[in-house]
Amino acid sequence: MTATDNIKFSDETLALVQKTIRRYPPGRQKSALLPVLHLAQAEFDGWLSAPVMDYVASLLDLQPIEVYEVASFYSMFNLQPVGRCLIEVCHTSSCWLLGADDIVKHLEQKLGIKKGQTTPDGKFTLKTVECLGSCGTAPMMMIGAQFHENLTLEKVDAIVGEWEGKGERSRYC
Amino acid sequence: MTLQFACGYDKKSETRQSMSKKILLKNDHIPGINTLEVYRKHGGYESLKKALSMAPDAIVEEVKKSGLRGRGGAGFPTGMKWSFLAKPEGVPRYLVCNADESEPGTFKDRYLMERIPHLLVEGMIVSSFALGANTSYIYIRGEYFYILRILEKAIDEAYAAGLLGKNILGSGFDHDCYVQIGAGAYICGEETALLESLEGKRGNPRLKPPFPAVKGLWDCPTVVNNVETIAAVVPIVEMGGDTYAGIGIGKSAGTKLISASGHINKPGVYEIELGVPVEEFIYSDEYCGGIRNGKELKAVVAGGSSVPILPKHLILKTAAGEPRLMSYESLGDGGFATGTMLGSGGFIVMDEDTSIVKNLYTFARFYHHESCGQCSPCREGTGWMERIIKKILDGKGTLADIDLLWDVQSKIEGKTICPLGEAAAWPVAAAIRHFRHEFEEYVTRPEGIREVRHYYRLNRLEPA
Repeated sequence: MTATDNIKFSDETLALVQKTIRRYPPGRQKSALLPVLHLAQAEFDGWLSAPVMDYVASLLDLQPIEVYEVASFYSMFNLQPVGRCLIEVCHTSSCWLLGADDIVKHLEQKLGIKKGQTTPDGKFTLKTVECLGSCGTAPMMMIGAQFHENLTLEKVDAIVGEWEGKGERSRYC
Repeated sequence: MTLQFACGYDKKSETRQSMSKKILLKNDHIPGINTLEVYRKHGGYESLKKALSMAPDAIVEEVKKSGLRGRGGAGFPTGMKWSFLAKPEGVPRYLVCNADESEPGTFKDRYLMERIPHLLVEGMIVSSFALGANTSYIYIRGEYFYILRILEKAIDEAYAAGLLGKNILGSGFDHDCYVQIGAGAYICGEETALLESLEGKRGNPRLKPPFPAVKGLWDCPTVVNNVETIAAVVPIVEMGGDTYAGIGIGKSAGTKLISASGHINKPGVYEIELGVPVEEFIYSDEYCGGIRNGKELKAVVAGGSSVPILPKHLILKTAAGEPRLMSYESLGDGGFATGTMLGSGGFIVMDEDTSIVKNLYTFARFYHHESCGQCSPCREGTGWMERIIKKILDGKGTLADIDLLWDVQSKIEGKTICPLGEAAAWPVAAAIRHFRHEFEEYVTRPEGIREVRHYYRLNRLEPA
């Protein structure tokens, strides 16, 4: 009995996995690991649990450790549960120059949590991240794959308000 | 157009018309240019047609003649890099596009891919034909997921039109191009870390040699080029290497995309002909439009976070008093003592209110976060530097800490497998070199820290 028994991608996602593997020469399916981990995170509640990683390992014919070491290296992979809406605020130079600290402070007050934490109702996780390539439209934050740029506190309020009422989960893909 | 700033640049205005030259972004304003139909209507894929009628080596020769240098930051001659590619019998070769753009202050590749995705796709096919690569990958940073969709759409359109796949335009050349997504790691912009990541591993840079040109992706000969570099191959094939080499200034041939950000009136991506005076770039309405809120310029990081920061007097003029130009050579004039680098073209402008120490802290935190951890000097040194700067910033530092900081940075450079070590050390060294007084102020007058305006408060940014 393995922990992966009840974890399975939808048929649609499995087809995507197969399509991804075909991009590489035979025997190089390990190259599909990052794309497949993204699919796994999107499909299994926004984070990568050990059983989910084991499942990905079995799909790509890898040892589980090969998946763990990769998942723990890249900052977009969450190894802990996150809120339905993951807010990632850039705080590197250009965004800081134009007020990223104020955005973070405002969100902390508004959500009643510190950066790195999740609200008790599981709705929001607040995270600060390093430069997302949006320096010319600073300050910015990312929710799912969506860039929110040229932020003001009012804009932040509006975006958070929108997510308050949303049932779905923010996702990159 | 009149230039309103003092320092004598009005006399340059006569040559300005020829200086503002758009090659890559000449069509970026055209509605629908992201689609194949509109792109082709404006001359798209003509360069590919021409390339397919040439001998592959002749294309490499044109790129050599063009003087094109790697636009990702290192500035290595592209044609030379291509000519290093090993061609053993029966072994596939690969072209990999580095779209991992993560150097703080840099967002030009994102702009180019978002607006004109087919320019990159065409560049991938032309370059692959020149290199004899039947497969190529565009490795894009994970945070640019929405651009992955744009690129995939462009690639699908190209396949449907016979511009990708088997026997492209009847030439007998087969090529497949795929987009690979990253997952948040600056280090994957280093070419060997990128290849590791593309192989499904942690982004730990490889020891060189062997270089990717000999042993790259899956141990096969591989060329890794930046998005802008590959895009520039399209106009080079179109106009010929000699014509391209005539654009720009000296060994800084062609145009460069500059990502301008910070305290300027008009942040954004600008394509400049290399050689535009820095002062013109900052103050002219054609580019950055001057410092916002009528403030004074304090300092500039000219080529992405890893290049040395320069104070106003050294970014506008060289130590010898010559106007500083936006070129590899002029920005590098004076070495690191008084100069900097063009790097990736990530141009971050800071006004008089900016705390250089706090800005440096954001860089130090960045490099600490992004170090892959493989080499001790970088893994330990980046964290150590971050902690010292934080201590100074919090008003708990001593004068000896400033010397310690200098000492730590000096022991990272040249002692790591990849250049992330240097990238982390250089900004620290430059900040102390040019702004030591500011570090000292944090130490000697901690009570004054509250007075230091770290940043604009958002409510002051809002229009009245």
